[in-house]
Amino acid sequence: MRFVLRRLGFFVLTLWVALTLNFLLPRMMPGNPALAVIGSHKGGVSPQALKALDAEFGLNTHTSLLTDYWRYLGDVATGNWGVSLTTQPGNSVGRIVLDAIPWTLGLVGVTTVLAFILGTLIGIVAAWRRGGRLDSFLPPIFVIMTVIPYFWLGLVLILVFGVKLHWLPYFFSYTYTLTPGLNWTFISNVLQHAILPSFTLLVTTIGTWILTMRNTMITTLAEDYVRMARAKGLPGWRIMMDYAARNAILPNLTGFAMSLGFVIGGAILIEEVFNYQGVGYLLLEAVNNDDYPLMQALFLLITVAVLVAILLSDIATAILDPRTRGER
Amino acid sequence: MATLDTPDAPEAGPEAAAVAVGPFGVLPSGGLSGVRSLRRIGRAVTSNGKALAGAVLLAIFIFVGLFPGLIAHDNPEAEIYGRSVGLSSAHLLGTTAFGQDMFSQVIYGARPVLLIAFGAGFGATIIAMLIGVAAAYLGGAWDSSLNLLTDVLLVIPAFPLLIIIGSYLHGAGTGVMIAVITFVSWSYTARQLRAQALSIRGRDFLEAARVRGERAIYIIVVEIIPTMTSLLVASFLTNALYAVLFSSSLQFIGLGDPSVTSWGTMLYWAENNEAFQTGQGLWIIVPGLCIVALGAAFALLNYAFDEIGNPALRPVRSMRGKRVKLAK
Repeated sequence: MRFVLRRLGFFVLTLWVALTLNFLLPRMMPGNPALAVIGSHKGGVSPQALKALDAEFGLNTHTSLLTDYWRYLGDVATGNWGVSLTTQPGNSVGRIVLDAIPWTLGLVGVTTVLAFILGTLIGIVAAWRRGGRLDSFLPPIFVIMTVIPYFWLGLVLILVFGVKLHWLPYFFSYTYTLTPGLNWTFISNVLQHAILPSFTLLVTTIGTWILTMRNTMITTLAEDYVRMARAKGLPGWRIMMDYAARNAILPNLTGFAMSLGFVIGGAILIEEVFNYQGVGYLLLEAVNNDDYPLMQALFLLITVAVLVAILLSDIATAILDPRTRGER
Repeated sequence: MATLDTPDAPEAGPEAAAVAVGPFGVLPSGGLSGVRSLRRIGRAVTSNGKALAGAVLLAIFIFVGLFPGLIAHDNPEAEIYGRSVGLSSAHLLGTTAFGQDMFSQVIYGARPVLLIAFGAGFGATIIAMLIGVAAAYLGGAWDSSLNLLTDVLLVIPAFPLLIIIGSYLHGAGTGVMIAVITFVSWSYTARQLRAQALSIRGRDFLEAARVRGERAIYIIVVEIIPTMTSLLVASFLTNALYAVLFSSSLQFIGLGDPSVTSWGTMLYWAENNEAFQTGQGLWIIVPGLCIVALGAAFALLNYAFDEIGNPALRPVRSMRGKRVKLAK
């Protein structure tokens, strides 16, 4: 229980730091970015948006930084995230973000879990068959695969399977002319559109899981209890799964939660390349249009998503590994 | 993150996960001097195939980055040739949609990427070293607060944060890029270095130095840091790799300085000019391949270092001594 409380404390602290970064960054930059936006949209910014901007970026020089800060924290806490300036002018940021979340969750969430499971399994087998055919040529290949920029692989796949071969769609998450609905035509269309971006993400992330799992598994396989299990004459797959893999997976689980930040970061570019209207695409839209309220809300959302994942994995680790509970 | 709190537990954080640093074996430290371990690293590089491949690749890129004029004779920025010309002996890779020679763009594009890789790689490693070692050496409240700072920065998603900062900056040149990437990427290394420093804290040779009356700064610089040479090199390689990927990604989405000729900005202009649709696939493929090759150079070196540092991970064939040719 103390452990969970400690993790919750860390969660709140990190969230606060992210909020403060969000608040301070635009103020630290040379020239107030919000002023620049208003300058370039003469007459285009509604009074309502101006008021929100005022609170968020401190346009009103009469109030102190601290007053602004409290107001900002209060606004975030009450869900008052402001109004989009340029991307979808006038619409509430919360609404825009909510529309984008399911697409990212579906594409990035499903692919990440798939990559983690597949990668971990391949890693287990590669370590188990040490020096086998799988283990001798795969690691260097996966090392190289992990350095391929997500967006570039996406572009190349678009060139090959989209532009040249015309096998798969590569623009947006479904065909524009279809009306969204729960019928097979629409669902299969969405799935088709997800194949290329999902494959891109899978290929660029799976190497990480394979390599980390393989490396921890190799260390675990040298443990005495594994030798003991062998000596007892247990069947190979039982030693592999119940003795070695079960223990080796713990650091990988923590790694999984922590690298979600990286996955989401990379997925931003994949969504951009495929014009897939998820959170990442929206973030870049906001960036390109200097839509700061939307941008800040999305950054917070991504941070919270990563923090929640880490919290969950901490709790899972505590349940799976009694050793972690006692410490500090 | 209790598993991360134990200093020498095999841990897989985000960076470790992404390039498979994996569990970094604590190296035999103690009295090993920095020069000697550097020499040992040098010997290990030449005897490990992966390391050699990485080193050769990196050397080629450094040569190109230092002397681009020897290889490409055209001014990479001059828009003086025919637009979108195909391959010819005058233009080895053809020209861009702006009429620039693509081959010389690729060649001249190496320098900014290398500057960022080495700048941010060194920067992040040095900050991490200062903070990690200081935390471990000073202990107590210093350790707790520095550690908390590291942990918080570690879990805030780096790439989205980079995007946010980049969007406020409006076109980050090479220097700004180095500073910003250094700022978001030192935390993982700091954690590793702190763990390493903690593991040697009670050793006799440190006690001896203290009894001799040496100052804290002398002990840290002369006694502690040399024992971490291999880990520092590995950290530098990881940080440099991330700097390559991060900066290219930022440039690709237009947050770099678009007037600097580099691989990321080439991809940005290519994407903006719909290079695929206009049959200029090379404009996207070649810069991307360069990024992959440079990233692979750092990643292969790093992977080999992992094998050197943690003998359990070395290919088993060489340990059994059979089929030596393959194991080379």
